Amino acid sequence: MKDTVLAAEVIDGMPLGQARRGFAGRISRIVADHVPSTLPAHEVERRLIELGFVEGAEVHILHEGLFGRDPIAVRVNGATVALRRREAMAIFAG
Amino acid sequence: MHDMTEVAAARVALVGVPNCGKTALFNALTGSRQKVGNYAGVTVERKIGSARTPAGRRLDVIDLPGTYSLRARSPDEEVTRDVVMGRRAGEPAPDLLVAVADATNMRSALRLVLELKETGRPILLVLNMIDIATYRGIGIDAAKLEAELGIPVVTATAVRKAGMEALFARLDRLLAEGLPEPAANRWQEPSAGDLRAAQRAADRLVAAIVRHPPRPDTATARIDSVLLHPVAGLICLLTLLFIMFQAVFTWAQPLMGLISAGFDFAGVLVKEVVPSGLVQSFLVDGIIAGVGSVIVFLPQILILFLFILLLEDLGYMARAAFLMDKIMGGAGLHGRAFIPLLSSFACAIPGIMAARVIDNRRDRLTTMLVAPLMTCSARIPVYTLIIGAFIPARTVWGVFSLQGLVMFALYAAGIVSALAVSAAAKFLFWRKAPTPPFMMDLPDYKMPRLKSIAIGLWTRARIFLKRAGTTIFSMMVVIWVLATFPMAPANATEPGIAYSFAAMIGKFIHPLLAPIGFNWQMSVALVPGMAAREVAVAALGTVYAIQGGEAQVGHILASQWSLATALSFLVWYIFAPQCASTLAVIKREAGGAKWMWLTFGYMLALAYVASFATYQIACLLGAG
Repeated sequence: MKDTVLAAEVIDGMPLGQARRGFAGRISRIVADHVPSTLPAHEVERRLIELGFVEGAEVHILHEGLFGRDPIAVRVNGATVALRRREAMAIFAG
Repeated sequence: MHDMTEVAAARVALVGVPNCGKTALFNALTGSRQKVGNYAGVTVERKIGSARTPAGRRLDVIDLPGTYSLRARSPDEEVTRDVVMGRRAGEPAPDLLVAVADATNMRSALRLVLELKETGRPILLVLNMIDIATYRGIGIDAAKLEAELGIPVVTATAVRKAGMEALFARLDRLLAEGLPEPAANRWQEPSAGDLRAAQRAADRLVAAIVRHPPRPDTATARIDSVLLHPVAGLICLLTLLFIMFQAVFTWAQPLMGLISAGFDFAGVLVKEVVPSGLVQSFLVDGIIAGVGSVIVFLPQILILFLFILLLEDLGYMARAAFLMDKIMGGAGLHGRAFIPLLSSFACAIPGIMAARVIDNRRDRLTTMLVAPLMTCSARIPVYTLIIGAFIPARTVWGVFSLQGLVMFALYAAGIVSALAVSAAAKFLFWRKAPTPPFMMDLPDYKMPRLKSIAIGLWTRARIFLKRAGTTIFSMMVVIWVLATFPMAPANATEPGIAYSFAAMIGKFIHPLLAPIGFNWQMSVALVPGMAAREVAVAALGTVYAIQGGEAQVGHILASQWSLATALSFLVWYIFAPQCASTLAVIKREAGGAKWMWLTFGYMLALAYVASFATYQIACLLGAG
C-alpha cells in the first residue's frame, strides 16, 4: 500500500536535476538507483539524507553554475547545499 | 568541598558537523594552549589543547574532524568515530563528548546528536553562535531541548568572553556532580532508512523547540545573488584572487624592508665585534645572510595565509568550490579540490593533507599529484628575488605594477599546468569511469573572528620560523661548509669558493643544466634547494656573498645572469619538484612510494623541458 502511494508521488514530482533556477517544491522521494556514480546507490541516498534531503523537506533552487547550469545550489529546510545535477536526479520533488 | 583541581584532567572531545563553529569553540576554550600533531599511523591532524574552568578544573580538549555521521566515509571521519567510541589505540575514550551545533541551523547537528547518543557516552550539547541566532530573531527553547534529548544543553558564543561563561559553568557543574558512567554502546552503522528516521526525529525536535522569525534573515541570500551568480560570481572570484596576489606583492614590502635592514644591521654589528676570519664568515655569510634571506618572506606568507583564513571563516571557500566545480571537472578534478589547491598556494603540505576532504580515492590522488604545481609561498622568495633583479619596477596601464603582473603570470602558469596535468591524467587513465559526486554544504556568511584568525596566523608563523630555525638553518650551515672548504690555496687567483666542495658538486651537475642556461653557482644552489625551495635563495646568497660580493643578492644576480637565464630559472621553479617534505607527504598520503616517484618524475620532466624551451627561445630573441 505504502509503495503505491510513493509511486504516485514520483509521478507527481520531477527530478530536481531537471528543474531550473527558481523551482520550489517539496521532496516526494529520494531514490538513487538510476544515478550513475562511483558510489553505490544506497550510499548516494545516505549522503543526500545527511545533507538534509528527506521526504517532506522543502526545496528551492537558488543558483545554477555557468556551464551547463551545473552545479546547483539548493535551499533545503533552512540550509543551502551545493550539488551536481546528476546527483540531484535522485531527488524527486513537486 | 571536594577538591577536583589535583585530579587528572577530564578529556573532552568536540564533535560536530562541518561549519558548526567547532574550531572557533576550540580556540575559545583553549586559547593558544594548543598542540597540533598527527594521529599515529594516519595523517589526520590531531588538535588537542588544555583549558581551565573558572573553578580550576583542568580539561584536555580534543578537536575532532567534522563529520555528518559516525559512518566514517574518509580517514578523518574514521578518526572521529574511533576516538568517540574509544577504539583508537593510545587514545583513551573521552570522558565527555561535547556535541557542537550551529544554533542557526540545527537539523543535521541534532541528527548527529541522536546518533552519538547510541554510543552511550556522556554528551553535552552546545548550541553555538547563539548570538547570531538571537540577532536573526530565532528563538530556541534550550530547556525543552534538554528535556527532549535527555542530555544537558547549553548555549554559547565562541567569539565573546561572556558567551563562554554558561558553557564553563555547566562544565564545572557536570564535573562536580560527576559524569555519568558510559552506557553500553548500541551504535550500528545506520542504513538509509535509519538516517531518514533520525532526520525526521531531528526535524520534529527542531519544529518543537525553534521559533522562526516572521521575516527570515536574507543577508546570505542577497550576497549570494552576486557571489554565486554564474557570471558575476566568477568575475568576483578572479578579482579576489588577483587582489590577493597584488597584496602579497605590495603590502608586504615595507615590513620586508624592515626585516632585511634588521639582518643587514646584525651583520654589520657582528663584523664590528668579531674579528674577520672563518668565524666571522660563518656568522655573517652563513647564518645571518642565509637565515635572514628566508625570514624576510614571513610578511608575504602571513598575508597569503591571512586571505585564506579570512575566506575560510567568511564561508566563501565552499562558494569558490561551487563556482569552480564545472571548470575543475573539465580538467578531471573535483570541485572540492579547489580548497586543497588554494591552500597549496600557501604550502603544498597542508594542501595535500586537505585533499582528505575528497572521499573518492581517484579524485584525491589527482589532487595530491597536482597540488605541488600550485605556487606555494616557498617559491615567493625565489620569484621575488629574480623579479626584483630582472623585471623593471614600472607601472603599466596606469595601475598595475609590472612586477606584480609577472608574479601573477607565474601563479597563472602554476594553475594552468596543474589543470593540464590533471586533464591529461584523466584522459590517459580513467577516461570512461563515471565521475564521483559533488555535494557540499554552503554555510551562511559569518564575520571572521579576529581572535581565530590571529591564532591561525600565529600557528603558521610559528611553523615557518621553526622551519627557518631548524631545516633551513642546518642547510645553511652545510652550504657554508661546502662553499668554504677546502679553502683556497695561498696563491689563489680566483675567489675562494671556486676551490670548494660546492664548486665541485655544481660543476659536476652543471653539464646537465647548461642547456637550460644555469651556471654552476645555480647548480650548487639547487642541491640544498631540495630541502626547501626558499633555501635556494639563501644558498645563492651564500654562494655569491662568499665569492666576495657585499651588496644584495639580487644586485649581484642582475650583474651575473643574463635575462634568459633568469627567466629559465623562474620557469624551473614553477615546475621543479624542489621540496623533499612535499614528496614525503605525497608518499604518506597517497599510500605508496610509487606516487611520490611519479610526482617527482613528471615535475622534473616538465621543469627541464619548459626551462629548456624558455632559455633557448629567450636566447634566440636576443636575451642570452
